[in-house]
Amino acid sequence: MNAIYILWLRQLKRHFRSRARMIGSLGQPLLFLVALGFGFGPIYQRAGGGNYIQFLAPGIIAMSILFTAVFTGMEIIWDRQFGFLKETLVAPVSRFHIMAGKTLGGATVATLQGIIVFFLSMLAGFRPEYIVMLPLAFLFMFFISLLFTALGISIASLLEDMQAFPLIMNFIIMPLFFLSGALFPLQGLPKAIGVVASVNPLSYGVDGLRGTLVNGASFGLHVDFMVLGIITAILILIGSYLFSKIEV
Amino acid sequence: MIEVKNLTKKFNGFTAVDNVSFSVEKGEIFAFLGPNGAGKTTTIRMLTTLLKPTSGLIKINGFEISKKQDEVRKSFGIIFQDPSLDDELTAYENMEFHGVIYGVPKKLRRERIEDLLKFVELWDRKDELVKRFSGGMKRRLEVARGLIHHPKLLFLDEPTLGLDPQTRNHIWNYIKGLNEKEGMTIFFTTHYLAEAEKAAQKIAIIDHGKIISQGTLQELKEKTKTDSLEEAFLSLTGTTLRDEEAGTLDHMRMHHRLRR
Ligand SMILES: Nc1ncnc2c1ncn2[C@@H]1O[C@H](COP(=O)(O)OP(=O)(O)OP(=O)(O)O)[C@@H](O)[C@H]1O
Ligand SMILES: [Mg+2]
Repeated sequence: MNAIYILWLRQLKRHFRSRARMIGSLGQPLLFLVALGFGFGPIYQRAGGGNYIQFLAPGIIAMSILFTAVFTGMEIIWDRQFGFLKETLVAPVSRFHIMAGKTLGGATVATLQGIIVFFLSMLAGFRPEYIVMLPLAFLFMFFISLLFTALGISIASLLEDMQAFPLIMNFIIMPLFFLSGALFPLQGLPKAIGVVASVNPLSYGVDGLRGTLVNGASFGLHVDFMVLGIITAILILIGSYLFSKIEV
Repeated sequence: MIEVKNLTKKFNGFTAVDNVSFSVEKGEIFAFLGPNGAGKTTTIRMLTTLLKPTSGLIKINGFEISKKQDEVRKSFGIIFQDPSLDDELTAYENMEFHGVIYGVPKKLRRERIEDLLKFVELWDRKDELVKRFSGGMKRRLEVARGLIHHPKLLFLDEPTLGLDPQTRNHIWNYIKGLNEKEGMTIFFTTHYLAEAEKAAQKIAIIDHGKIISQGTLQELKEKTKTDSLEEAFLSLTGTTLRDEEAGTLDHMRMHHRLRR
């Protein structure tokens, strides 16, 4: 238990101590909010969609969680390169606890990140419709965070160094983001894209956030919750297995 | 304490450790010597559960390593040859992390951390980030960290690499003290043969992945008809430089470690 706590604490310290990392990870969602929000706002309005910022903000929150969670999960690769991973792996701590500490640490960082972006989006004009639903929205953020931290750890367990990183970025992370309904509604899409979006776990995260923040869930909140929960559990199992196979 | 039988490790066809057998008794100080790229670190990685052997049997503290990983991990501590600190944490936080994951109770942990940081003369700088430390300071911190929990068996992979002679002596006295007071078994590698000559009760010499000789210092000297460990070592392993690909890689690693 203490081991999980100290691993968790380490993730938080590392993230919030590095100002560059903090600002870097907030810059992107801010840019997306401002550029897309104000850029596409008028068109969206004319097309009868209503206020685009209201639609976009939950998507951008989900995006920043996706990126932060995968990155913190993939930090294992740095740990391996800088040698710290050895120190953790020889310790008399079960692999599952190590995995749990790292997943919870990454997920906490990503959730806090999501909450910060939530407040930033309020500066850009976003207004949540039901304040009472906020705790549920934060819970969704935490689920999305867990899921993608576990994904990051699974990927990192298979890689030796950061050389494959652009590959992961362009073939996994970006498609997950763009085909999730974060930027545009999933209704009335070409069939193929609709199918891809409906098997993309992030779609359910975005939908859950939209459902709790602006009352616009299209799958339904309990479907979102179930899908996220099941996929998270599966990824944590896969991640633990792959992590236990790491050699350094 | 350690029992190794026919241990072999191959990396894509290259045999780094070749059918090695040896044993280390409880309470013994055992030196594992050999030229660069001989397979010392690879052997230690297998003994410490970090790397799966290609074949062979390892028993640590009576537990077979492939079956009882958790018990094995509870039995030993290790100071790595390669860097293993978290640069983004402070010296104290690195120590604390280690103490906690090894389950050292809080009060004892705080005491030992303070004693050890004072011992390696880093107490004044305990709250500084490790990335601002010099190479030698990092090394001292790693040594101190490895001594927080007192394991039954301690692996030291070139513990004094890059340290000045004063510090080296200082650290060796401490380690010998642990061996005498707590009966801690010590398994170490070094390229400073004088250290091995002074500290080791038994010595094994490995070259190109094979153990070419083992015994007490006296036995090695008699076998090679020399009168120092250095001469014995050179007569056993030859005087050619290990500048094949592997050797230079290891060299680069060492430079990296010294420069950082
Ligand atoms: N992951 C790896 N993949 C391929 N070859 C490896 C790997 N790790 C070690 N080797 C090779 O195994 C051999 C033994 O390396 P090892 O690090 O065990 O040497 P060593 O005896 O510790 O040397 P040194 O005194 O330089 O530390 C070397 O030729 C090295 O290049
Ligand atoms: Mg070595």
